[in-house]
Amino acid sequence: MSAMENDRAGRIGGQILAVEGVSLAFGGVKALSDVSFDVREHEVRAIIGPNGAGKSSMLNVINGVYHPQKGTIRYQGREYHHMDPHEVAVSGIARTFQSLALFKGMSVLDNIMTGRNLRMRSNILLQALRIGPALREENEHREVVERIIDFLEIQAYRKTPVGRLPYGLQKRVDLARALAMEPKILLLDEPMAGMNIEEKQDMCRFILDVNDEFGTTIVLIEHDMSVVMDISDRVVVLDYGRKIGDGTPDEVRGNQAVIDAYLGVSH
Amino acid sequence: MNKNTPFIAVCVALLVGLVLPLATGASAPGFYVEVLLGGLMAGVLYSLVALGFALIFKASGVFNFAQGAMVLFAALAVARLAERMPLWAAILVGIVIMTLLAWFIERLVLRPLVNQDPIALFMATLGVTFFLDGFGQTVWGSDIYKIELGMTKEPVLVLQNLFQGGILVNGEDFVAAIVAAALVGGLALFFQYTPTGRALRAVADDHQAAQSIGIPLNRMWVIVWAVAGVVALVAGVIWGSKLGVQFSLSQVALKALPVVILGGFTSVTGAIVGGLIIGVGEKMAEVFLGPVLVKAFDLAGGGIENWFAYVLALVFLLVRPQGLFGEKHIDRV
Ligand SMILES: Nc1ncnc2c1ncn2[C@@H]1O[C@H](COP(=O)(O)OP(=O)(O)OP(=O)(O)O)[C@@H](O)[C@H]1O
Ligand SMILES: [Mg+2]
Repeated sequence: MSAMENDRAGRIGGQILAVEGVSLAFGGVKALSDVSFDVREHEVRAIIGPNGAGKSSMLNVINGVYHPQKGTIRYQGREYHHMDPHEVAVSGIARTFQSLALFKGMSVLDNIMTGRNLRMRSNILLQALRIGPALREENEHREVVERIIDFLEIQAYRKTPVGRLPYGLQKRVDLARALAMEPKILLLDEPMAGMNIEEKQDMCRFILDVNDEFGTTIVLIEHDMSVVMDISDRVVVLDYGRKIGDGTPDEVRGNQAVIDAYLGVSH
Repeated sequence: MNKNTPFIAVCVALLVGLVLPLATGASAPGFYVEVLLGGLMAGVLYSLVALGFALIFKASGVFNFAQGAMVLFAALAVARLAERMPLWAAILVGIVIMTLLAWFIERLVLRPLVNQDPIALFMATLGVTFFLDGFGQTVWGSDIYKIELGMTKEPVLVLQNLFQGGILVNGEDFVAAIVAAALVGGLALFFQYTPTGRALRAVADDHQAAQSIGIPLNRMWVIVWAVAGVVALVAGVIWGSKLGVQFSLSQVALKALPVVILGGFTSVTGAIVGGLIIGVGEKMAEVFLGPVLVKAFDLAGGGIENWFAYVLALVFLLVRPQGLFGEKHIDRV
């Protein structure tokens, strides 16, 4: 364990993403107030906080679903006032959703294949005729997707409509679809919510494997403190839209404000 | 709601529509089949218009009132272009025009209004309707124009040995039905088996998720409006060749509304089945129910074809608002 930890610490690079002074309000509700933190390359960065703290809103700001009223987002050395969901995806940020947002009527395979959409080059006419380059391209993407399916151990459900899978497996498909984009940064909104211990352990393993094998930077929201303490390199703590803590799991655990506002309240 | 309810409902509708006339003394089965075929033929066209409507509603959440106007506009374009070039070329140019139109609508109407209330988008498509109706006249003229598909309009007698006196079928109708079926089949394959089709299904399923994995919504909207435009063109050409291309086409196409209410707004299958049911239902009602009303209540008995679809839709709104194949909408929290 500690050997792996050291190994990971050695791989963590410079800042890849940073939010600075971000504030976001919906009418009178202040979802985020002057929040700043950064994410380094290859690290697992957790965002924690009680319900309604603004965690999901933060991810939505990063991937451009919400546009903050104040603050900036720095990504790969450039500064933005807000992001655009499509450009974010193109530039290598993928995400999963808290309330699942899979394509329910489509098969597992089709769902994951949509994650390859950005990398498809052949035009619509070639596709329609299913000739030459279009077919070859489809097969190449299919191979990548099959590897992801193997990796996440969902081979048996390839052709199943996603809506029929149990919740834990749907969460895995959601992750698979995001992985199919081969992202630099993966934003995970409560990837283990509603799972039993065993499923959680599997999911933890997948997340760490992705981080180790592909060097993917991971930003993760999670309520289960033992999971957070186990797998994250650094933790941001939000409460009522404000940042009240930031540091390694041990530092955060010892932070009085965090204990009062978060650990004290809900545990 | 039981999963089989749509099918039970269809069966009941078919029973009422198909068996009742027989029981009420349609003594000539040949005539009965003729009416049935006539209804199916009209139904195919309703299905096509409704299909375009359902595609747009599914993919972009827009209630496109302009679908009927698109039918008229496309038919006008093809009719006038065909005066100057062969029909196939006119149809190809027509397809290009409808694709350009889709592009303009996305740019000038959908994109600026994207985060507005659905009602704003609906009003915008009302605007598009009147624009297309007027602009069509400006560009193509306002007379009645013909589209010659180059097939005989003479009805032929078939199945003489099965039914006494045989059945009168229109060869052109028959070809039209095959073309429509091929179009629907082709579209189904396109949606099922191509990456773009897959992306379109994804957008229809969940906009936000589709966007987060980098599917370009704007381009998908152009594609789906263009597809709806092409479907409208096919409907317009078939219709125009039967009735002549004239303003009333746009009105007839309004029948797509009851059809999608019946079939369910988000269901492509529903659009097709709904179109056929309404086509057959209103013909049957006109031919067989009319005389009954005349006899029983001394009414004039005509015009049933004009209101039947709307009354049926109204009944559905009351009893099964999501339509035969639509999903009950449950908001995610
Ligand atoms: N689209 C929205 N419209 C209005 N208010 C919103 C919207 N999204 C979030 N909020 C509000 O912003 C605040 C933060 O919500 P957010 O979903 O970010 O919390 P969270 O930390 O993810 O909570 P949870 O742990 O329950 O997922 C809440 O008060 C919420 O009601
Ligand atoms: Mg949340």
